[in-house]
Amino acid sequence: MSTELVTMNIGPIHPSTHGVFRMRVTFDGETIIDAEPIIGYLHRGSEKLAEERTYTQIVTLTDRMDYTASMTNNQAYILSVEKLSGITPSDRGVWLRMIAAELQRIAAHSVAIGFLINDLGAWHTPLLYLLREREKILELFEMMCGARITNSYLRPGGVFMDAPDEFWPSLNKFLDDMPNRLDDIENLLTDNEIILARTQNVAILKKEDAINASITGPMLRASGVDWDLRHRNPYDYYEKISFRRPLGTVGDNNDRYLVRLHEIRESLKIVEQCLDLIEPGPVKPEEVPFLVRPPEGESYVPIEAPKGELGFYLVSDGGISPFRCHVRAPSLINLTLLRDMVIGYKIADLFVTFGSIDVNMGEVDR
Amino acid sequence: MFGIGLLKGLFTTLKNLLGPVFTVQYPNKKVGLIGALKFHKKTPFQFLKSQPTEFIKSLAGLHEVPEYPSQATRFRGQDFNWFEDRCTGCASCAKYCPLGIIKIETSPSTRDQKEGSSYDIDVFDIDIGRCMFCGLCVEACPFDALHMGSGFERAHEKRKGLVIPVDELRTAIKTPSTWFRPQMESKSYKPREKESEIKDSQDIGRHEQPSDEELTERWVNER
Repeated sequence: MSTELVTMNIGPIHPSTHGVFRMRVTFDGETIIDAEPIIGYLHRGSEKLAEERTYTQIVTLTDRMDYTASMTNNQAYILSVEKLSGITPSDRGVWLRMIAAELQRIAAHSVAIGFLINDLGAWHTPLLYLLREREKILELFEMMCGARITNSYLRPGGVFMDAPDEFWPSLNKFLDDMPNRLDDIENLLTDNEIILARTQNVAILKKEDAINASITGPMLRASGVDWDLRHRNPYDYYEKISFRRPLGTVGDNNDRYLVRLHEIRESLKIVEQCLDLIEPGPVKPEEVPFLVRPPEGESYVPIEAPKGELGFYLVSDGGISPFRCHVRAPSLINLTLLRDMVIGYKIADLFVTFGSIDVNMGEVDR
Repeated sequence: MFGIGLLKGLFTTLKNLLGPVFTVQYPNKKVGLIGALKFHKKTPFQFLKSQPTEFIKSLAGLHEVPEYPSQATRFRGQDFNWFEDRCTGCASCAKYCPLGIIKIETSPSTRDQKEGSSYDIDVFDIDIGRCMFCGLCVEACPFDALHMGSGFERAHEKRKGLVIPVDELRTAIKTPSTWFRPQMESKSYKPREKESEIKDSQDIGRHEQPSDEELTERWVNER
């Protein structure tokens, strides 16, 4: 029987597109023939705006790129500025921002898993369990830096202010409590037959394809490639920390979910190790001015953000603001494989695959 | 066996159903008589006399009392706190604001030429409709004159209503947030409560007030 192909627009305003993402999808019945991502609905020109702001002011712009992982955005940017201007950060500042970054990774992965399961049709119950845990992290951030999402906590040379006294007991309480909550999530989701049926062997991403498309982050590790910049190219003090890197075997949607879940556990261990190693001291070197003025040059420091390799390429002409700022956004590059991953699968798998990539439109469009 | 995973999941949801409640019923929560008396700090008879309809409502558990989510002392929010005695009108805050929303106009002071009083502030407007509460203005202030507030409710019909004029900054109750002001971080200080109002600008800030001799030395003799 001859059938007619149907082209359908999905988004930009659609609850399952995680923001303002639009796909033009061609279906043959329920099977996807072609999927074309259309981006740019959340373009704010952050890179251009950065050219007319001072180095400290740009920290506030980086918060708004990947708004589920502001701390790691801050970290990537600050590392790049420190390399550019030759600032040696103070010890306590580095430990504090590592703790903040790992907590942010837990929060970002919680959001990723929650919305992935939400897209599967588990309407809100698992998502709210995970958002409840994320809320505790946001409260910790609020204690640390006064804001929950748009933190702007880091400054060239460390962090702007030490964490308050009430932060440490709350953090310890969270670290004690979180493994039990994760067990709950695993009980709820990992063995669930419906989730297994929907995610196993769907949208398989092979190792070679992932490497060829420069996929990074949990998505690459789910395909079985042992590539974690915290281990391969340690920044900050990650070489003093030991942690396992969970790897997937198949590279399907279930692996991408499991890798994120195990990474949360590893992040908890990293925070515990940081707590053992942190020592009192200044959080920022005294000599670092508020108005950083780096010499002429360029710098790029990649870090392992929750979504993959994130780096800021900064070019300085010796002024108070960068001559050029370019962001290597993991979400954008991970999104490039969406088309290849979903072709041949059903329409219901499209959203699950999109959720498992874990893109953030704020970071894709910048 | 097929279905074990589902049952495990259902057991987890049951456990969470019977667990403690995490949600905060912002802005109002409904309470019964005991909760209402606790909030108003009244005896049942006083409560009945002052608010009879509310008393009956509270018997049915329908009396509404305000409920706020817990908030850290460093919370960066609106209603900026500004201490005019400490402000010199240097406009560091306006310069470091990434969005340029602080408007300052000064005129030469008629008072004696002491530090902090050499200029009169005529206009100090903060357009919080465009503010992103990054706190860089507070960080830049060399004299600890500007502080973040801790509120978050300022809905208005017009954009003009979102501009904090200088008169409002002068007369507002000053309960600043401890963002970038570590000297204020003590257990008893709660920015949202009126009791913790800071009346004297010398109580706040990182620097001691210089003596008159020092000021004369610095601002008169050296010049």
